[in-house]
Amino acid sequence: MSATALAFGSRRRRRAGRLVKRVALYLAALLFTVFAVFPFYWMILTAFKTNRDLYVGATDLRHIPWIFNEAPTLQHVRLLFLNTPYLVWVRNTAAIGAVVVVITLAFALPAAYALARLTGRWGERLGIGIFLTYLVPPTLLFIPFARVIAMLGLQNSPWALILVYPTFTIPFCTWLLMGFFRSIPRDIEEQGMIDGYSRWAVIRRVVLPLATSGILTAVIFAFTLVLQDFVYALTFISSVGKMTVSLGVPVALVRGDVFYWGSLMAAALITSIPIAIVYNLFIDRFIQGLTAGALKG
Amino acid sequence: MGYVEARGLHKHFGEVRAVDGVDLDVREGELLVLLGPSGCGKTTLMRMIAGLEQPTAGEIYIAGELVDEDVPPRARGIAMVFQSYALYPHKTAFQNIAFPLEALGKPPAEIKRAVDWGAGMFGIRHLLGRRPRQLSGGERQRVALARSVVREPRVFLFDEPLSNLDAQLRAVARFELKQFQRQIGTTTIYVTHDQIEAMGLGDRIAVMNKGRVRQIGTPQEVYANPADTFVATFLGSPPMNLVQRDPHRLIGFRPETFLPKGAFPADRPVETFRFRVREVEHLGSDRLVYGALEGGFTAEATVIADIPSTITVPIAEGEAYDFAVPRDHLRFFDAQSGLRLDGDAA
Amino acid sequence: MLRRAAPAAVAAPALFRRRTLADREDLLGRLMLAPALVYVIVLVGLPLVLAVLLSFSAAFAGSLEFRWIGLRNFATVIGDPQFRLALRNTTLFTLVSQALVIILAVTAAHVLDAAFVGRRVVRFLLLLPWAVPVSLAAMAWTWIFDSTFSVINWTLKVAGLLDGWFYWFGDPTLAMIAIITVHVWRMFPFATVIVLAGMSAVPPDIREAAVVDGASFWRRLFQVNLPLLLPIITVSVLFGVVFTSTDLGVVWLLTRGGPYNSTHVLATLAFQRGILGANLGQGAAIAVFLLPVLMIAAIGMLRVARRTEVGA
Repeated sequence: MSATALAFGSRRRRRAGRLVKRVALYLAALLFTVFAVFPFYWMILTAFKTNRDLYVGATDLRHIPWIFNEAPTLQHVRLLFLNTPYLVWVRNTAAIGAVVVVITLAFALPAAYALARLTGRWGERLGIGIFLTYLVPPTLLFIPFARVIAMLGLQNSPWALILVYPTFTIPFCTWLLMGFFRSIPRDIEEQGMIDGYSRWAVIRRVVLPLATSGILTAVIFAFTLVLQDFVYALTFISSVGKMTVSLGVPVALVRGDVFYWGSLMAAALITSIPIAIVYNLFIDRFIQGLTAGALKG
Repeated sequence: MGYVEARGLHKHFGEVRAVDGVDLDVREGELLVLLGPSGCGKTTLMRMIAGLEQPTAGEIYIAGELVDEDVPPRARGIAMVFQSYALYPHKTAFQNIAFPLEALGKPPAEIKRAVDWGAGMFGIRHLLGRRPRQLSGGERQRVALARSVVREPRVFLFDEPLSNLDAQLRAVARFELKQFQRQIGTTTIYVTHDQIEAMGLGDRIAVMNKGRVRQIGTPQEVYANPADTFVATFLGSPPMNLVQRDPHRLIGFRPETFLPKGAFPADRPVETFRFRVREVEHLGSDRLVYGALEGGFTAEATVIADIPSTITVPIAEGEAYDFAVPRDHLRFFDAQSGLRLDGDAA
Repeated sequence: MLRRAAPAAVAAPALFRRRTLADREDLLGRLMLAPALVYVIVLVGLPLVLAVLLSFSAAFAGSLEFRWIGLRNFATVIGDPQFRLALRNTTLFTLVSQALVIILAVTAAHVLDAAFVGRRVVRFLLLLPWAVPVSLAAMAWTWIFDSTFSVINWTLKVAGLLDGWFYWFGDPTLAMIAIITVHVWRMFPFATVIVLAGMSAVPPDIREAAVVDGASFWRRLFQVNLPLLLPIITVSVLFGVVFTSTDLGVVWLLTRGGPYNSTHVLATLAFQRGILGANLGQGAAIAVFLLPVLMIAAIGMLRVARRTEVGA
C-alpha cells in the first residue's frame, strides 16, 4: 500500500471519528432539550385534544397518548376564555404588575444610579447587600407578612401583593440597573457636567436616555417576577375573583375536585410562551448583569 | 498673576499622592502643556481645575476668582475635550454641539447659528446629521472641538485629545489645533505624555513627575536648560547624556551637541572627551553612535552622539575618537538632588 | 480666515452660580439611595426580625396578640416527627436535585458550547422551564404524573419496563422522585445558561492553549475548564440551593405534602401550620430553620465575589 493511501485511510478514520463525535453531540443536545421541553409538548397536546382522546387510561396500550388520535380542538381554549375567570386573573395580574413596575422603577432607578456612581466604596458593599436581600425567600417572609397584612387590614386585597412584591423586584432591579449604569462611560457624564449641567440634569438628559434598554429589561423582569409568584398570592388572596394567573390556574380551575386539564394546560401554555420569548430576548443582558455584578461586585 | 492659578494644590487618594503640592500660573491666552509620564498627576491636576475632582488641599483661581467645591464644573466657564472625545452616543453631531448651548438657555435660532459657526470652523458642516458611531476618529475629534468652542469658554482643557488618532492624522491635527488656539486666543491647558506634541504645541511646558511640577518654561528653555536630571532625560529623543567624573556633579549634554572634534571651528571653546564607540545606527538623516567615555568617568554609562548626515567623518565600531561638546552646551547637575547647578564654569 | 468668537459670552452672572443640591454628589447619592434602602429595610429586614420574634411567641392568625413563650415553639417543633421528616426531606430534595443539576448543567453547557446548528433554538427551549411560572409548571407535571393517565406509565409499559403500576403520588418514594424530577427540570436549564455565560467569559486562548498542548478532553475538563468555571458554578449552585430549599409551590401543588404527610418540606409544613392552621408562632419556628441555609449561601456568594475581585 502506498503512503498516500495510508494517509488517506487514517484521514478517513479521523473523519469518521469526528462524525461519531458530532452525532453524539447532537444526541446529547437532543436529550437535554427533550427533557426541558417535554412538559410544554404535553401542555400543547392536552390543550388541544378532544376529551375522548385525552381521558383514556394509560393502561390501554393501544391508544397512543403522544399524538393527536383525533383532530385537535379549540374547545378547551374556548372554555378557558368564556366559562372560567381566566381573563379576570389576567387582568388582575396585569394591573398588579403595572403598579409594581412603576413602584419598582421609582425606587430602583435612583438607588441603582446612586450605587453605581455616587456612593463610592461603601456603595459597592451596599449594592452587594441589596442584592443578597433578593435571596431572602418568600418562605421566610410570608408568615411575618401575614401578620403585617392583617394589621393593615389588607387581607384578600390586591394591595397586599402590591406592597409585598417590590420586596423582591426592588433589590433585583436595583442590581440589574446598577450594571447598566456602570456600563455608561464616566467621560460622557463628566462631559455633561462640563457642558453646563448639574449632576442631576446629567442624569435626566444623558444617563436616562442611554439606559433605555436597561430600563426596559428591568421592567420586563419585574413584571415576570410578579407573574411567577405563587406563595404570596396563595397566602394573601382567597377569593377567586381577586386571584392572579399563577394562583388561579392551579387552584381554581376545578369542578368539584376534578381539574379541567385541557383548559388548565391551555392557560399554562398561553401564559408561559410570551414570558419565555421575552426571557430569551433579554437573557444575555440579564446574565451579564447577574454575573458581572455577582462576580465583580 | 496667572489667568488660571493653582496654589499649594494637593490631591491624595488614600496613600497615593497623585498631586503633591503644585503651584502653577497659566497666563491669559497662552497654551500651556502639562507634560509628564503616565501617573505623574497631570490628568488629576486638570480634573481639579475642571472641578471634576476636589483638591485635598490648596486653591485654584480662574480669572482671579477662587473656584472651590462651591463652584461646580458647569459654572467654571471651562470647556474640556476628553481623550475619548466623550460624544453623546444618542445625539447627532448637531445635538452634541448644541447641548452646551441649551444649558445656557439660548434661543433655538441662536443655537443654530452658533452650531453652524462652530461646525464651519472645523469643516464638519456636512456631518451634522450623523451620530458619533457613524463618524471616523478624526471627525469625532472635530465634533468634540466644535462642541467645546461654541460655549465660548474662558479656558480650554485638553486631555490627550490626539492620542486616539493614527500617527499621520495626528501631525495634521496638531497643526490645526495650534492654528485654532492662536486664532481664538483662549487660555488653554493641554495634557499629554508625548514630548513631540508638547514641544510643537506649547507656548510653555510644565514638566510634571510624581505629583509635582519639575520645571515650567518655553519649549526651548525646558529643552536647553532642564531644571533637573528628570527633565533632562524625559525630554529629547535620545535623551540628554549624563556622565559623572567627580562624586558631586553630573555633566549633561545633548546627543546632537556631542560631535567629532573636527566638526567644530578651532576657535570655538569646547570640552573634549575620548569616546569609545560600541555601535553605529544609520537613520538616514543622521547617525546615532553609542559608546562610553574614557578617562576617569564612573561606571560605563552609555553615551549617545547624534551626528547629522552633513558630517561625513568615518566612524568604526570598537574604535575610540575625540569627540567634543561646546562649553556653552554643557549642563551640570548635583549628583545627590539631581538639581541643575548654577554657574556653568567647567 | 476664521472669525474670532465674541469674548466671554458665558455670561459672568451665570458663571459663578453657587452649587445647588443638584450638584452635590454625596448628598444626591444619599437622597437617591434612601427610599429603596428604607423600603428594603422596612419590608425585608423588619419582617425577617419579626419572623424570628414570632417563632418565640404564641401568635395566631385572626388575633393580633403577641405573647412571648421563649423556646416552647422550638421544643414542640423539634419533638414533632413530622417536622424532623420535613427537615430531612428539605435536605434530601435540595442535595440530590442540586447534585443532578450541576452534572446536567456542566454537561449541557459543554454540548451547547461546541458550536453547531440550532444552538439558539436549543437555548430558547432550555430557557422555557425557568421562564414559566412555577405553579403552572407544577400543574403540568401533576398531569404528567397523574395516577390514571400518566404518559410515563404508558411509555414504560409499552417499552416493557414496567410490570405493575406507578401511583406516583400514592407512594412516598415515587412522590419524592417526582418532586426531585421537577426541581431538576426547573433548575438545570437556568444553571446551564449561567455556566454557558461563564464559559464564554473564559479567555478562548486559555482553552485553545490546552487543546494545542494536546490535553485530553477529561484533563481539559478537570484541570482547565472546571477550575476556571468554579466561581460561576458556585454562584449557580448557591442560587439553586436557596430556590430549591425554600420552594413551596412544587411540593404543595404536586403532593400537598402527601401521601400520609411523607413529602412535606419546611416550606409546606410552615404554610400548613402557620397559615392554614393559623398557628403563626409555630409556622415561624419551622421557617426559621431555613435561615442557616440562607446565611451559608450569602456568605458563599460574598466569598466568591471577593475572590473574583482579587483575581480580577
